[in-house]
Amino acid sequence: MNRRVVVTGLGVVSPNGLGVPAFLEAIRNGVTGIRFVPQYEALKFNCQVAGIPQFEWDILKNYVSEVTFHGLQGQAIAYGLMAAVDAWKDAGHVAAGEEALWDAGCVFGSSVAGVETVKRIFNRVDAGEARKLGSRVVEQFMNSGITAYISGKLGLGNRVIANSAACATGTQAVLMGYEYIHQGLAKRMLVGSSEHVDQYIFGAFDSMRILSRKHNNVPEKASRPMSATAGGFVPGSGAGALVLEDLEYALQRKAKIYAELLGGACNSGGQRKGGSMTAPAAPGVIRCITDALDNARVKPADLDLISGHLTATAADTLEIQNWCLALDRNGRNFPLINSLKSMIGHSLSAAGSIEAVGAVLQIKHQFVHPNINLEDPNGEILKLIDLSRMPVERIDTPINIVAKANFGFGDVNACLIFSKYNQHG
Amino acid sequence: MDRREILEELKRVLEPYTENKELLRNINEQTDLVKDLKINSSNLVDVIIDAEAKYNIEIDFDSSEKMISVGSCIDVISDKINK
Repeated sequence: MNRRVVVTGLGVVSPNGLGVPAFLEAIRNGVTGIRFVPQYEALKFNCQVAGIPQFEWDILKNYVSEVTFHGLQGQAIAYGLMAAVDAWKDAGHVAAGEEALWDAGCVFGSSVAGVETVKRIFNRVDAGEARKLGSRVVEQFMNSGITAYISGKLGLGNRVIANSAACATGTQAVLMGYEYIHQGLAKRMLVGSSEHVDQYIFGAFDSMRILSRKHNNVPEKASRPMSATAGGFVPGSGAGALVLEDLEYALQRKAKIYAELLGGACNSGGQRKGGSMTAPAAPGVIRCITDALDNARVKPADLDLISGHLTATAADTLEIQNWCLALDRNGRNFPLINSLKSMIGHSLSAAGSIEAVGAVLQIKHQFVHPNINLEDPNGEILKLIDLSRMPVERIDTPINIVAKANFGFGDVNACLIFSKYNQHG
Repeated sequence: MDRREILEELKRVLEPYTENKELLRNINEQTDLVKDLKINSSNLVDVIIDAEAKYNIEIDFDSSEKMISVGSCIDVISDKINK
């Protein structure tokens, strides 16, 4: 029996806002979270700006015990834990007592485990001091570290999975949670993703020459999706979390419902027909979008808004072209489209979940957030869709159905279809 | 350093690893680290590493296995620092 799935809780750690109220305010008003990082200048990176959450480490004391706090170092764990626990509370759920919550699970992803922890291990082991590492490093470098902290804190007793699919990780995590509930395997799933881009990960991307490098002195202008002067993406860090819930379960407990998750799809282009380790194959992307719509039983014509992947590279034009082909919509007939990355940069695995939180908030509050830094739209994109479809100011308008897609290295794609909650389905 | 002094210092070593600060203030040689102070058994490794750093000693595997109660911790530490 197929169950309807709704979103009942949100949590977010974003470069332009910590917690949902601050994040909502920021995306309504086009507030940037991109800042100059002096350390990156010292390290001679081409790109010296990043989206970094204004996260005070002591905030964590509200989320973990004093004993756990002592020895906790992983930023990605910290971001994920805050977003996840906030979402759980926002949904009106409480942590387990003695008995685990057997009906509640978690899918939470990241690209890498805690690199700072791994560095500590390298240093100690290479110095012949492995015995001084202590008991707290394994839990922070294992890929499932974030889910282990989240599920332990809340006592989640259903499936607990750490997923990884590069930049599609967050979107994929949401879809996996949806599928479990839809199939009746769980009543509640805490889903999302987290990323901490430290100087090592940043340096590796910088070396690929795919990062923004011409706006180091004007950080707020550096992330420019769909712009003629888009010159690479700006790495960001953060986490997003959603509580997905069986509709009947949510109605029974009179939960507030942000939106319905109608369905989605996840696939790979197989690195064929133009697809590669770093580039998505058009047939895979198009199939992912059409499969998502079919799965959600939504007609392309009913799509109001696309929350794009749109990182501010040459791939933006290709992405728009794929949307046009998948939806058979273009010009003035194209849905509205925006990229949260214009404000917060690209937080890799966390992008999908933070943007999913953004998509749900736009449905709940009936608005379309602005694309900032789009004063000079890309001419190639304007050949495909009308300028009016890429708003540079917030639009307050009825938003019923939103597609949220992300595409990742390895040619992996994921697309979600959210809708305003309507009791009649 | 006598046993009383070591016990007082040991309280500071144990402090990050127990939620029960009240009991920690009133520990005696019979207090069990895991059963009474509810220290996670995997954290005993961290207690030993911190004690090594604090007293500039090395606590080998055999000695560390004896460190179950406050009294046995003091035995091991005083044995090592008086060597």
